[in-house]
Amino acid sequence: MFHLLWLVPTIPFAGAALLMIFGPRMAHRTAAFMGCCSIGISAVISMLIAWQFLHQPPAGGGYTQHLWTWMSVANFHLGISFYLDALSLIFMLVVTFVSFFIHVYSSEYMRGDEGFSRFFAYMNLFVASMIVLVLGSNLLLLYLGWEGVGACSYLLIGFWYTDPKNGLAAQKAFITTRVGDTAMAVGLYLLFQQLGTLNIQSLMQAAQHQWPQGSIYATAAGLLLLGGACGKSAQLPLQTWLPDAMAGPTPTSALIHAATMVTAGVYLIARTHVLFALSPTAQLAVAVVGAATLIAAGFAALVQDDIKRILAYSTVSQIGYMFLGLGVGAWTAAIFHFMTHAFFKALLFLASGMVITSMHHEQNIFKMGGLRKELPLAYWAFVIGGCSLAGLPLVTAGFYSKGLILWGALSSPVGSATLWFFGVIGVLMTSLYTFRLIFITFHGPCHHKPSQKTGWLMGVPVIVLMTLSVVGGFVELPSYLGNHPWFTNFLQSALPATAEGHAALSELGAEGIVVLAFFLGLGAAWFFFLQRRELSESMAESGLGRALHRWWYTDWGMDWLYDRLFVRPVGWFSRANKKDAVDLIYTGTAAVTRSGWSSLRLTETGRVRWYATALVVGTVIFVLIVALL
Amino acid sequence: MFALGLIGLLVRRNLLFILMAIEVMLNAAGLAFVSAGARWGQADGQVMFLFILTVAAAEVAVGLALLLRLYHRFHSLDVDAASEMRG
Repeated sequence: MFHLLWLVPTIPFAGAALLMIFGPRMAHRTAAFMGCCSIGISAVISMLIAWQFLHQPPAGGGYTQHLWTWMSVANFHLGISFYLDALSLIFMLVVTFVSFFIHVYSSEYMRGDEGFSRFFAYMNLFVASMIVLVLGSNLLLLYLGWEGVGACSYLLIGFWYTDPKNGLAAQKAFITTRVGDTAMAVGLYLLFQQLGTLNIQSLMQAAQHQWPQGSIYATAAGLLLLGGACGKSAQLPLQTWLPDAMAGPTPTSALIHAATMVTAGVYLIARTHVLFALSPTAQLAVAVVGAATLIAAGFAALVQDDIKRILAYSTVSQIGYMFLGLGVGAWTAAIFHFMTHAFFKALLFLASGMVITSMHHEQNIFKMGGLRKELPLAYWAFVIGGCSLAGLPLVTAGFYSKGLILWGALSSPVGSATLWFFGVIGVLMTSLYTFRLIFITFHGPCHHKPSQKTGWLMGVPVIVLMTLSVVGGFVELPSYLGNHPWFTNFLQSALPATAEGHAALSELGAEGIVVLAFFLGLGAAWFFFLQRRELSESMAESGLGRALHRWWYTDWGMDWLYDRLFVRPVGWFSRANKKDAVDLIYTGTAAVTRSGWSSLRLTETGRVRWYATALVVGTVIFVLIVALL
Repeated sequence: MFALGLIGLLVRRNLLFILMAIEVMLNAAGLAFVSAGARWGQADGQVMFLFILTVAAAEVAVGLALLLRLYHRFHSLDVDAASEMRG
């Protein structure tokens, strides 16, 4: 089955090409059928490959499919070749399956939209790029997929391009991620210059052999790759683009800006984990970025009033958890959280899409309320997704994955109690903002009557994802629940196990504190946003509350800071330098030539005798010069 | 003789006379060749004169054609009348 691997990215790509060429002339039904089918076939093939991978794992834990040589210059050889191991298999499966359900959902959600086939073309192209990113066996192919998903993200954020606001959001996302991508490109140059290859597997082996523990090159390469990951995964300090990216259609937000693309940074770091294992500094940087982001985004999510922006900040915060997991060496825990996060965050976005549709594209949660009776499916999707996001003990997927990360943060030799503490505060915040969202949207007085009923095409994906958000966690049971780390064992061939160090608490005790934080958040949300709503309102009205609200509402003023720090100086400079200084060289040359021309043109009188005279005089002078010298 | 031809070329405005001045200059060059050949006893000078004769004939053919065109266009043989191509 492994030889079918090339079909997994090719089919969505072919689907995208066909939809781009023939889409405008297709019936909407055909376009939707084609868009969903290409992803569906791709998902089935992934499943077949996974089936064989489980039963007959390839030798050495990885299977390489070399398709053709991409470029070959001197000792620089790159192939279009795919590498499949446990890590890329997990990503491939999650990407194709979640994409498939989101495509099915979109076929109803986008119904009647002018750019219906264009939407499916972009989405298919995105899936193809994402799979290339995940399967690429060398870093340059990975980079190709990386840029491909970035381009699709740009196209889909600005999908409704007639509103200039959406175009600006798309540009912001593209430019901000470009900052990280540049760092990543520099990292690739460094790796190639030092180790002479870009093939990931040989690169990792070469790094292990040539670089000592704590090598300066490993640190530099690790930090540069972290820069790229920060841009793509919306981590501090490059997280500002993700909340604005919610300008795109909701299925896009679910697929690209929650479930798959934004976790590409996590994949990159897990893929190059050897570099980070070699450099404690780079690894600590990953953990600190993750911890800082999850706290900062948690506070920002607490005061938003747009349903999608709350979810966007919670995505940023959850990816912060994954970075924390990677940073403390709990590699498998981070990948586990990626998987469960893909399920419950896609679910939450799809459910919010249902709410938004039935509220006539109203996204402000304070204009909703009491929707529990009207939209039972969306309500239960939100309850299950929200519980999984916040980590309701024992029954939800998010609980297991987040617990594993937090336990890694506390117990691994690289982790520390401080990082763990930040993670626990994050749990409290997550539970607080999640249930604030649910209570304000679905409970309380009803402001608007929702109108439309949603059909089964939107319902089925939501139900499937609801199931996955619950059962997705049972593939890894912690030691106090029978100790069945199937997921970790499966990933063992690709990622090292989490190192066990000493911990100040037992696993059960630490988990107890996490659960306590969850219930504290839930209780506070219940008290402030459901029971005594006026209390939270009066808190927000007070002087300090208002200042904090404004500060967090603008994401800690990051946009303001960047505006002052980069946008305005650059704008000022470009205005001041309107007559570009560098251009003076070229305009100066032109001016000198022009003045020479205008003086010489006076000699062109058009009189033949005048020319003859000039000829004679010139000859005489020339002969005189030759004779005299 | 060459100088006479040159002066004729520079001062005359009539194209016919200019052409004749050029002929004079060519003949001056030919005479110089022939006399130089006679002085050093070489036949090359006379051969060169034959070449000059050919060139002169060709030049006159082109020059007279130009003269006719000029007359057709300006109804005069004054070359200064045809000074329209100024820079």
